[in-house]
Amino acid sequence: MTDTPLTTASAAAKGANLTRLFERVALILVWLLLIGGFGAAMPNSFLNWGNFAILFASYAPAALLALAIIVPLTAGDYDLSVGATLTLSSCVIGVLNVWQGLPIGLAIGLALCAGAAVGLVNAFFIIYVRIPSLVVTLGTTSLITGLVQWMTNSSTIGGIDNSLVMAVVGGRFLGVPYAFYYAIAAAVVMTYIFDFTPLGRRLLFVGRGREVARLNGIAVDRVRLGALVTSGVLAAAAGVLYAGVLGSADPYSGLNFLLPAFAAAFLGATTILPGRFNPWGAIVAVYFLATGITGLTMLGIPLWVTNVFNGGALILAVTISQFTRGREASDIG
Amino acid sequence: MTTSDIPAAQVAPPVLRLDGIAKTFGGARALKGVSFEVRPGEVHGLLGKNGSGKSTLVKILAGFHAPDPGGVMEFNGEPVSLPLKPGDFRRLGMSFVHQNLGLVASLTVLENLRLSELTASGRGVINWSAQKRAAREALARFDVPLDPDERIDRLSAVDRALLAIVRAFEEIRIAREATGRPGLVLLDEPTPFLPREGVEKLFTLVRGIASHGSSVVFISHDIDEVMTITDRATVLRDGDVAGSLVTREATHEQMVEMIVGRKLARSAPLRAGPAIDRKPRVRLDGVASRTLRPTSLTVGEGEIVGLTGLIGSGYEELPYLAFGARPSTSGTIALDDGRATALADLTPRGAIDLDLALLPGDRQGASGVDSLPIVDNMFLPDLGRFFTGGVLRNGRMKREAYQLGHAFELRPNDPLLKLSALSGGNAQKVLIARWMNRKPRLLLLDEPTQGVDVGTRQHIFAALRQAAAGGMSVICASSDAEQLADICDRVLIFARGAVCEELVGEQISKETIAEACYASLDRAAASASANGTSS
Repeated sequence: MTDTPLTTASAAAKGANLTRLFERVALILVWLLLIGGFGAAMPNSFLNWGNFAILFASYAPAALLALAIIVPLTAGDYDLSVGATLTLSSCVIGVLNVWQGLPIGLAIGLALCAGAAVGLVNAFFIIYVRIPSLVVTLGTTSLITGLVQWMTNSSTIGGIDNSLVMAVVGGRFLGVPYAFYYAIAAAVVMTYIFDFTPLGRRLLFVGRGREVARLNGIAVDRVRLGALVTSGVLAAAAGVLYAGVLGSADPYSGLNFLLPAFAAAFLGATTILPGRFNPWGAIVAVYFLATGITGLTMLGIPLWVTNVFNGGALILAVTISQFTRGREASDIG
Repeated sequence: MTTSDIPAAQVAPPVLRLDGIAKTFGGARALKGVSFEVRPGEVHGLLGKNGSGKSTLVKILAGFHAPDPGGVMEFNGEPVSLPLKPGDFRRLGMSFVHQNLGLVASLTVLENLRLSELTASGRGVINWSAQKRAAREALARFDVPLDPDERIDRLSAVDRALLAIVRAFEEIRIAREATGRPGLVLLDEPTPFLPREGVEKLFTLVRGIASHGSSVVFISHDIDEVMTITDRATVLRDGDVAGSLVTREATHEQMVEMIVGRKLARSAPLRAGPAIDRKPRVRLDGVASRTLRPTSLTVGEGEIVGLTGLIGSGYEELPYLAFGARPSTSGTIALDDGRATALADLTPRGAIDLDLALLPGDRQGASGVDSLPIVDNMFLPDLGRFFTGGVLRNGRMKREAYQLGHAFELRPNDPLLKLSALSGGNAQKVLIARWMNRKPRLLLLDEPTQGVDVGTRQHIFAALRQAAAGGMSVICASSDAEQLADICDRVLIFARGAVCEELVGEQISKETIAEACYASLDRAAASASANGTSS
């Protein structure tokens, strides 16, 4: 922008830039249209700030989960185990804090450690045993889910320390519970790392061209391991938020976040920075999906529509990116 | 004189007749009107240097390239309309065995051999016992004793090559049985990675195919092999037919002369002239890998050393081994007066820290990422330099990328464009600029101008020479003799995994390099047998 030689673009290039700009904000526009549509249908119940405040807070764990997923996706690995890790983390807090009477701070710390441990196990099998990430994390998902059921006797653990609940949904800023801002803070940190540190650039090259990265001196295995551990820790943090939002630890419902989070990660890669998994795209996509589901629910549409909506959005997102950027390689080969 | 001894009654039309096949790539004539014929039951050699037009010709026959209009092709006497469509060759009764063999390593011999039958549409259920019987019969027909249930990745290199050839011949059996005419199998460099005794087995199979009445076109660099197996041979040079030979009546020397285009001074080994006194910059000592025998090499400051040889000779390994990019079995590298580092412990990171740089030959797979911007590709190893005050200075990266692009005459010079937006030559400029901008002590290149247009080539050469004049040393592995002659102070010729000849200064020319490559095989064979007796 500051270099004059770079701005000698012709009219055609300006047209292309306009298309690009439109692509960047297209999802936000669709989101606003969706809000407008539901607003017109339910002007009183849908279009009020309280409704949105709840929506923003209750989908914060999903937002954090979507952020967790895009770290290994950028480095070229799938992590399906984030949903199970979320559940694990919230149940670790439940078991340790409520049943074992550990202080809440320590319980949270151990829950995050559990997330890191999941990441390390995944990394071991993906990187050193060279098993495809999809297979490994599908396996660990089932494994963790079983462990959680054993740990909790398959029961919901209520009565988690109120200080966590207060920290997550007790306070509000601009009417929106704090939970939302934790997810925003994570997106800010991730934007910094993705766009303003060498690490972010290395992550990208590891995902797009492992051999290129290796021959340019990047420790590919270490970057991939770091990405998987990061996603484990972020997913565990999402579990902490979830425990705070519910005030209890539920061994079953956490997996429901997996599909919307994946849908959001891919849908997010079609917006803000099209063609790349990016934090703000993922956040926008999560709340786009959340708006759709909330609106449909308020219209009284049966529960199964939620699943159709999430699944349809995932496939549609990948299709759109395939059509608009067909000739370019995507992050995941 | 050769046709006169064939009785008139037996004169069948040639299996393949080509007349005036030409191909132009954007102004460059790769083939200038090639004519030759392959007779029934004949093993026909096709020879020529790199760039002589052999592969273009094969690709035209495979329907991959469309020839320029005007050429004629006849198969068993019947005209074939050009260009061929991909897959047409199978219908005619032609099949190919390429160097990579086209086998699926994780499947069995049976599945690979019967691949087209097993995957053919319009069948309900696969009759496995019938398929197995057919596979056994096919293998027995050519006396290739392989277990149909064995997986390909458990076979030796020789058995894989044999299987690929049997399959190629089986594939054309249907066409042959339908027409009652002979078929044609083209073997494209099947031998460079095979041990000697394996080559013998392969030849037995080739003779078996010819004795069934079909023809084989045998493409090879190895003149001794061509002398052994072929009945006749056609030599291509610079896109033209340099001549045809009846193998029985030809000598080794005649063939080399025809390939290279002038007499080969085999009797007088080229003697190194007085080398310019250079301060040694890099000492590679005893570098070896699975394909390279222990090789030592010293490169002087500002010297450009070329590595070349025939396919499979191991020269292309050295740059990767010296950079720690591929596993070496032994060897060390030492720069200037520094300590020697074992290559087995060297990682690309370590090599970069030693001020080495490697530009791999596989541009899209190993050198740059097409889907990411030019600026990021350019400064990938330098990211740390732009990270100040806790922030990656994207603006400064962009400005420096613009300046560097300007210096390398990048077109278009927009650092934010994706690498894929550039032509092959310009993309290569980005990647070479990446490394030269770091002012490495040693730049390692593998085929630096592959797929690069002539103008860009000259520009890259000029940049290399300028940097060398400034003290940078260069090792350049290439199969392109012309390129080596243009830039190198010294050229090492490899054969069978070892250096067998060294050309220095005035001795270096496109022709001497090509000659030395062909002469190299004899020397390597001689030294290998000498080694064999001493050990």
